[in-house]
Amino acid sequence: MLSYIVRRLLLAAVTIVAISILSFTIIQLPPGDYVTSYIAQMATSGSTVSEAEAANLRILYGLDQPIYVQYLKWMRLIAQGSFGMSMEWHRPVIDVIGDRIWLTIVVSLAAVILTWAIALPIGIYSAVRQYSIGDYVFTFIGFIGIAVPGFLLALILMYFGFVYFNANIGGLFSPAYLQAPWSLAKVQDLLKHLPLPAIIIGLSGTAQMIRIMRANLLDELRKPYVIAARARGLSRWRVILKYPVRVALNPFASTIGYLFPHVVSGSVIVSLVLSLPTVGPLLLRALVAQDMFLAGTIVLLLGILTVIGTLISDLILMWIDPRIRLGGQ
Amino acid sequence: MPEDTATEQLYEQEEEVSIAEERVSVATQWQLMWWRFRKHKLALVSAVVIILFYTVVVLADFLAYADPDYSESQRTLLRPQPIHLFDEGKLRPFVYALVGTRDPITFKRVYTVDTSKKIPVTLFAHGYSYRLLGLIKTDIHLLGVQGTKAEDALFLLGTDSQGRDMWSRLMRATRISMTIGLTSVALSLFLGILLGGISGYYGGVVDTVIQRVIELLRSIPTIPLWMGLAAGLPSNWDIVKVYFAITIIISLIGWTELARVVRGRFLSLREEDFVVAAEITGCSRLRIIFRHMVPSFLSHIIAATTLALPAMIISETSLSFLGLGLRPPAISWGVLLQQAQNVQTLAFSPWLLLPAIPVIIAVLAFNFLGDGLRDAADPYGI
Repeated sequence: MLSYIVRRLLLAAVTIVAISILSFTIIQLPPGDYVTSYIAQMATSGSTVSEAEAANLRILYGLDQPIYVQYLKWMRLIAQGSFGMSMEWHRPVIDVIGDRIWLTIVVSLAAVILTWAIALPIGIYSAVRQYSIGDYVFTFIGFIGIAVPGFLLALILMYFGFVYFNANIGGLFSPAYLQAPWSLAKVQDLLKHLPLPAIIIGLSGTAQMIRIMRANLLDELRKPYVIAARARGLSRWRVILKYPVRVALNPFASTIGYLFPHVVSGSVIVSLVLSLPTVGPLLLRALVAQDMFLAGTIVLLLGILTVIGTLISDLILMWIDPRIRLGGQ
Repeated sequence: MPEDTATEQLYEQEEEVSIAEERVSVATQWQLMWWRFRKHKLALVSAVVIILFYTVVVLADFLAYADPDYSESQRTLLRPQPIHLFDEGKLRPFVYALVGTRDPITFKRVYTVDTSKKIPVTLFAHGYSYRLLGLIKTDIHLLGVQGTKAEDALFLLGTDSQGRDMWSRLMRATRISMTIGLTSVALSLFLGILLGGISGYYGGVVDTVIQRVIELLRSIPTIPLWMGLAAGLPSNWDIVKVYFAITIIISLIGWTELARVVRGRFLSLREEDFVVAAEITGCSRLRIIFRHMVPSFLSHIIAATTLALPAMIISETSLSFLGLGLRPPAISWGVLLQQAQNVQTLAFSPWLLLPAIPVIIAVLAFNFLGDGLRDAADPYGI
């Protein structure tokens, strides 16, 4: 068990390093560097930067050094808790991101929890009452969930919300709380706005989960031990919930690892449509403005977020599945 | 003699059963797959839908009636316009002429229908010129109008904010969106078969390394990564370059699932008797792989590829929707949807959301077809 945890931690560390390299690549990708953007920015406001000044700036920011030195420097900055400066906002990246990263975590977690809460009972129902009307309805909704990308669903819902209820369903806060400092009332307001975006972000994941749960449970229900348990006089639902559902949950749990990156990834684009104050809209803006430190940091943070999420889900999996727990011994 | 007839009937039945069995046992693998695939009605319908989509891809310019790039400031944000099929009891399709004026209070363009002026709609009319299949220069379109240019009269799905015809743009967009999925999947397939094959066939350290790389790639949130990579494309690249760059970016992650399927097949086939037999007979590795192993999992690969396509289409649409994928003047479903980004625009011109429908239909059809193919790929299973 210990060796399994150590192996998982190592893999997580390697993944984070790989993601940091990828994020750094993204920072380096656009032609030119910080100083070229700075010069261009100065030029728009009418002032010029001399060659000597530019060279000094390059030395100051270490842009004259080889790429791996720059990468290591960036890593050292991050280790010190600073992520560099945002060129567009002229503020430290960490200040610009601020609350947004926490709201991203809240929205993603809510999406994952809702995915579970919805998929589990529906999956069980669809398997136990196979080919019933309810099963067909849920299968249909499931297919829609797979076929309609989150951002399209958000657009369609926004349109209907606007036309039929004259309400803007976007955002995470009521206008009154938008700028307000955190308080209990603001949290309540957040909780009120959370379900809709969470459902939209989680829908495609939910649809897949329902299919997996249904298929797994159907396989289990056909096994003789279920009939044996029934024959001994256990009630129908007690049998189902006590044995087959538990077995069927295993592959279900193992897919959380992929669910989390999927949800975080989807939240970026859905946030844009619903104008949620997560890092998604900020990332797009940073990319368009080529504010590369901000963009790279957001990609890195989102990557770390998914690695931690996946790690936690793997630990949960280990906790419910004794085969993994005991496999290392 | 009732008993005799009964036995005779029994014999006949048995004979029929054995004929059917014989038919199954002499059928080739592909025949068996076809028989099984035929049973999956939804997959059959989906196959037809997809063929229709690719017909649009081939005939996009023929099916369009207005030049997709022709913009006209006098025709912005026109509603979809109905075609009237019957004129005074006779089948003579026509549309009413539209008169656009600017509302003096809101400054929005408003259009009124001029019912006194009927513009007849005809089949196989002349319009803007294009090259059919990229070869034959022609100006014949499926639909057109008489007496004036189609660009000025016919607006089946309305126009966008620059006065370009949505129907014609949708036809052109279908061409790009449906092919970009194919090219990305082809690239993913190449990477997937190569790396999955190596992983599954050689096993050991190579396998471990490739599997870890796949795990790593799958644990990264894809959309932010794609956005970052796509934003790095130089803004002065032309459509073709951007198209292929986007293809590569999308397949960078897309190959992992295909590699997983290929590896799984290789692992299970490696132990099969016929492979061992071929090895003992002294076949070379390449011969074993391509002559003996690939044909037996080709069908699985086809099914996995079909299931990978919708994800590719959604990826391109998402990226272009964000403005980081294909960019105008290229036209794809995502580029069209970009105009429908905010709720105010949508509330006044909901038809801008219409390109969502082909996206949803194409993705559903590929999913159903893939499901059907996957079931058919293993015709000996239950």
